[in-house]
Amino acid sequence: MTANAAVQEIAKREYEHGFVTPIESESAPKGLNEEIIRFISRKKNEPDFLLEWRLKSYRHWLKMQEPSWPNVHYPPIDYQDIIYYSAPKPKKSLGSLEELDPEILATYQKLGIPLEEQKRLAGVAVDAVFDSVSVATTFKEKLAEKGIIFCSFSEAVRNHPELVMKYLGSVVPYTDNYFATLNSAVFSDGSFCYVPKGVRCPMELSTYFRINAADTGQFERTLIVADEGSYVSYLEGCTAPMRDKNQLHAAVVELVALPGAQIKYSTVQNWYPGDSEGRGGIFNFVTKRGLAHVNAKISWTQVETGSAITWKYPSVILQGDNSIGEFYSVALTNNRQQADTGTKMIHLGKNTRSTILSKGISAGRGQNTYRGLVKILKGATNARNYTQCDSLLIGSHCGAHTFPYIEVRNNSSTAEHEACTSKIAEDQLFYCRQRGLSEEDAVSMIVNGFCKEVFRELPMEFAVEAQKLLSVSLEGAVG
Amino acid sequence: MTQVPMLEIKNLHATVADQEILKGINLSINPGEVHAIMGPNGSGKSTLAQVLAGRESYQVTAGEVLYQGKNLLELPPEERAVAGIFLAFQYPVEIPGVGNLYFLRTALNAIRRRRGLEELDPMDFLALAKERMKRVELDQSFMNRSVNEGFSGGEKKRNEVFQLAVLEPKLAILDETDSGLDIDALRIIAKGVNSLRSKDRAMLVITHYQRLLDYIIPDRVHVMANGRIASSGGKELALELEKKGYSWIEEQQGSKAPKAGARAP
Repeated sequence: MTANAAVQEIAKREYEHGFVTPIESESAPKGLNEEIIRFISRKKNEPDFLLEWRLKSYRHWLKMQEPSWPNVHYPPIDYQDIIYYSAPKPKKSLGSLEELDPEILATYQKLGIPLEEQKRLAGVAVDAVFDSVSVATTFKEKLAEKGIIFCSFSEAVRNHPELVMKYLGSVVPYTDNYFATLNSAVFSDGSFCYVPKGVRCPMELSTYFRINAADTGQFERTLIVADEGSYVSYLEGCTAPMRDKNQLHAAVVELVALPGAQIKYSTVQNWYPGDSEGRGGIFNFVTKRGLAHVNAKISWTQVETGSAITWKYPSVILQGDNSIGEFYSVALTNNRQQADTGTKMIHLGKNTRSTILSKGISAGRGQNTYRGLVKILKGATNARNYTQCDSLLIGSHCGAHTFPYIEVRNNSSTAEHEACTSKIAEDQLFYCRQRGLSEEDAVSMIVNGFCKEVFRELPMEFAVEAQKLLSVSLEGAVG
Repeated sequence: MTQVPMLEIKNLHATVADQEILKGINLSINPGEVHAIMGPNGSGKSTLAQVLAGRESYQVTAGEVLYQGKNLLELPPEERAVAGIFLAFQYPVEIPGVGNLYFLRTALNAIRRRRGLEELDPMDFLALAKERMKRVELDQSFMNRSVNEGFSGGEKKRNEVFQLAVLEPKLAILDETDSGLDIDALRIIAKGVNSLRSKDRAMLVITHYQRLLDYIIPDRVHVMANGRIASSGGKELALELEKKGYSWIEEQQGSKAPKAGARAP
């Protein structure tokens, strides 16, 4: 009886990041047209090349169709009913972290983000994006000593326009897809990172995204360039308040790993998933892609537990010989969440290798789709791919789907694919409960065990957070 | 002085998928006693074990079970574990990706928490686990392997007895812990179980073969047939069964001669 009551109580616990911060913000009017784009560009004091690029993207976007192939269902999005720019109104011009609006600082503290440098957590440098604007970047000086640039995208545009001009759109062109093109037109901020030749970035770099204002879309853009022989590990986390209207998040992340460089990009995505009836929640339509030059390595690790709909395929173009691409993913859908996620590994160079490990968990009425493309081109001799995608079902109202596409155009390459679908068996649960674990704890333990190979790829602090997040997201999934 | 039995089963009836498997079990076990239940396949031995542990797919349709004088049947499985009931499974399940020792520590601490005791920290737990592993001669490499994953049949059974030794229940139910074991493994398991015998702990040992009872000497032996306890006696009953086979019990039941002391010719 008491155990049951405890379960009930936990099940009723709501999304814990669902608060709204009462700050004054400065927004563009709703809707999208060339005037809005000029407004955003003007607000950000952008150079002409960027405005031109935005307008080019917008004009191209007008000719495009929203994709209908993903295995997700949602009502039509009214793109004129979205605010494309919202910035916390600065009390005065910001000179340092100490001058940041205390309300925003308090929000990040609530979220457990170590914004204040003195409270630094194991040396994680953080760039925080609040609605559309990057509000603080910690550890900037320390990184600058090594020649590492880590700042908001707007700052990069102002201070390093040559790098932005060279690499922006070089991996995800503005014509790439509907949401990436929209992002190219209206992106407001994001993070930028450049690691010089031969430098090993001494700390994890981290960006924290938060949508606060109502009716706002978030369109951030991240660009990471790792110069020859360098190494960087980058973490990304996201939350949003609870609102009963859907909000659009259409981000673009571009990674460039120059010869011999390594980029490790980890995401823990916990956008508001909507309530148990499927009201509200974030539409997470994201384009993430990396370009690996000779001997370079790009590794994506993602833990996707939030959002009403997740649509993303972090990919690697293995352009250089001997380059390596990796994709490790845990995607969980509970209640009425939908996810269509996976990766693309495009092998162009010789002896290129890719590994895909995907773990999909469906609970409640959640629908979870793995969609992956392994493409080995003619010149990619001796390329190798290994794919494993496993699905775990909890309960009998959810669904798991797998769409692997494999194209091999030469006969010296190998592509292996393994897939399995399992259900948390009643005998597993009973075994755990007989040993004294509650049903919820038993499910959480079994699911964490299922995801272990992916969690192993996450940096330590993130792995702990991911496990907790998974348990919280599973609450109410049984019984 | 009247002692409260550890376990008292009265006229227990239970069904699985609408089929009646237990048809009126009566059994009483006192603290410190070891009872053996024998019987042919399909007689209901394992069903009894599962019902006592609280498996929800088994429906109790009549009768009652008192554990330390309290109604056991209203408790969910994890509360029974907290109350001190342990089932060594006939077929222990695999839990991929969950470390064996991590699993056991989480279980022990869940139980301790519910009992209002302090949780054991990983170092103290490790010391306890290492000592208990020796009792069942389980190699330390088993600590960090996933729960039962890739274990041989014998290793799984030893792992069950290892868990039993760590959790130190008041009532241990061993469901065919001897099946599939060679004689050496059987001796090791019996040694582990015997080391846990105490005046405060009761055990219910379910087995198909008399062999195990050469090593774990029971105080009482019960023979189940067709969902009932057909015959009860001292340890000599097991030997008699070994000689005469189970058909003797079944015939006796079939002839509906339930008179005490009635013997087939």
